[in-house]
Amino acid sequence: MPDVAMLEIRDLHAFYGESHVLHGVNLEVRQGEVVTLLGRNGAGKTTTMRSIMGIVGKRTGSITFQGRELIGMAQHKIPRLGIGYVPEERGIFSSLSVDENLVLPPVVKDGGMTVPQIYELFPNLKGRGTTQGTRLSGGEQQMLAIARILRTGATLILLDEPTEGLAPVIIEQIGVAVRKLKQRGFTIVLVEQNFRFASTIADRHYVMEEGHVVDMIPNDQLATNMEKLHAYLGV
Amino acid sequence: MSTIFGIPPQALFGQLLLGLINGSFYAMLSLGLAVIFGLLNVINFAHGALYMLGAFVAWLLLTQLGLGYWWALALSPLIVGAFGVVLEKLFLSRLYKLDHLYGLLLTFGLALIVEGAFRHFYGVSGQPYPIPRELTGGQNLGFMFLPNYRGWVVVASLVVCLGTWFAIERTRLGAYLRAATENPVLVQAFGINVPVMITLTYGFGVALAGLAGVLAAPIYQVSPLMGSNLIIVVFAVVVIGGMGSILGAVLTGYSLGLLEGLTKVFYPEASNIVVFVIMAVVLMIKPAGLFGRER
Repeated sequence: MPDVAMLEIRDLHAFYGESHVLHGVNLEVRQGEVVTLLGRNGAGKTTTMRSIMGIVGKRTGSITFQGRELIGMAQHKIPRLGIGYVPEERGIFSSLSVDENLVLPPVVKDGGMTVPQIYELFPNLKGRGTTQGTRLSGGEQQMLAIARILRTGATLILLDEPTEGLAPVIIEQIGVAVRKLKQRGFTIVLVEQNFRFASTIADRHYVMEEGHVVDMIPNDQLATNMEKLHAYLGV
Repeated sequence: MSTIFGIPPQALFGQLLLGLINGSFYAMLSLGLAVIFGLLNVINFAHGALYMLGAFVAWLLLTQLGLGYWWALALSPLIVGAFGVVLEKLFLSRLYKLDHLYGLLLTFGLALIVEGAFRHFYGVSGQPYPIPRELTGGQNLGFMFLPNYRGWVVVASLVVCLGTWFAIERTRLGAYLRAATENPVLVQAFGINVPVMITLTYGFGVALAGLAGVLAAPIYQVSPLMGSNLIIVVFAVVVIGGMGSILGAVLTGYSLGLLEGLTKVFYPEASNIVVFVIMAVVLMIKPAGLFGRER
């Protein structure tokens, strides 16, 4: 059923304490799609992801995943529906070894990748098991942050700026891995500033500005919308 | 037999044993404090009162229900732990979003209430608690006499400390605990119920205090003040070892107990302040504690 939305966000408002950060976000993601959220800093991309995971102060509106409403659901139950979150700061734990970091998120569904399959996808992590998690390079930490979600059987992956601060050769490796994940059928929402990277992977792009979605551009119409996009992103 | 540094060996080893016993209690109590502080960021001032509660539960089980030491060793930590769970759910859990100081004040108040209640009902004179029959008597080690019960306390506390260290540093459950100590929001976003984990961690930490209380009952008298006498030194131990460091709490506990014992032999006048002098020095040189990490 490729036409049915797997994730659907309607009129989402989010708040951090007093500040109103999202002002009515609307978007949908179909199963097997890779969708990016583009926009300038502070446009609300990360907050949209955090709202899906339930880790913002307050949310109103509607977020449904496979037909189930996430707003009001206990925080720890949301990932158990099969949503994996890779935060912008990567969140590798310094008091855990690489292996412990890798197996930390509980398996929530059948069909997750096995550890050998994960090593095949990210060969850099192999043989580093006993290293302290934060002693890995930035790129390796990013790979580990993605890898640990793949084990859990999550079918929707939220990737927040996976290329931020990384060298081009590492970005290339992460791009290869994300494309392989797409082939395996993962649905991916990607926050990206690096829009060249995003265009090699995504099916559609949502453009965010000041806390809501202002445009949606299918990847195959990207070339004809370049000017508009540059204006949105201010590049 | 001759002397060691001018001290009769019996006196030296006797004080070392006393130091080791005290160190066992310092280690178990500061371990619980460190576990609680690590995850909850609460300096649990009620720890001494809960240690006292553990001893009193053992004494009440014996005098009211006729349940002996071994029953108390199993039941008392459970009862104290359950009490801790209730305290966390009812009171502490409401304070996490506020400054650390509120948790400290709350637990300090709880300690006063618990101790006050026991003083009201049982007075300040201690209640004797008999050594269990299996552990009476002692061993002549040649250089000193070792009462069996004291040997048992040292072994039991070592097992408890090493077991706790192993559970936290080497098991999957411990990995959750360490991860949640660093970044509870992310651990929650992986599908782990962090609030329940926090409640159980507090329960476990205070159960350790209850267990220490049972072990202490036959050595010290069971008295409402036994906790407040001990807890000040234990806080000094935690400061020296470094807040939140498991291994640091255990090692510092034993070492300072032994050091206190040695001080009693060589310079008795200083034995009550040696721990605090070391604390002051450590705070000047390494404010995060010997094993602590700067936050």
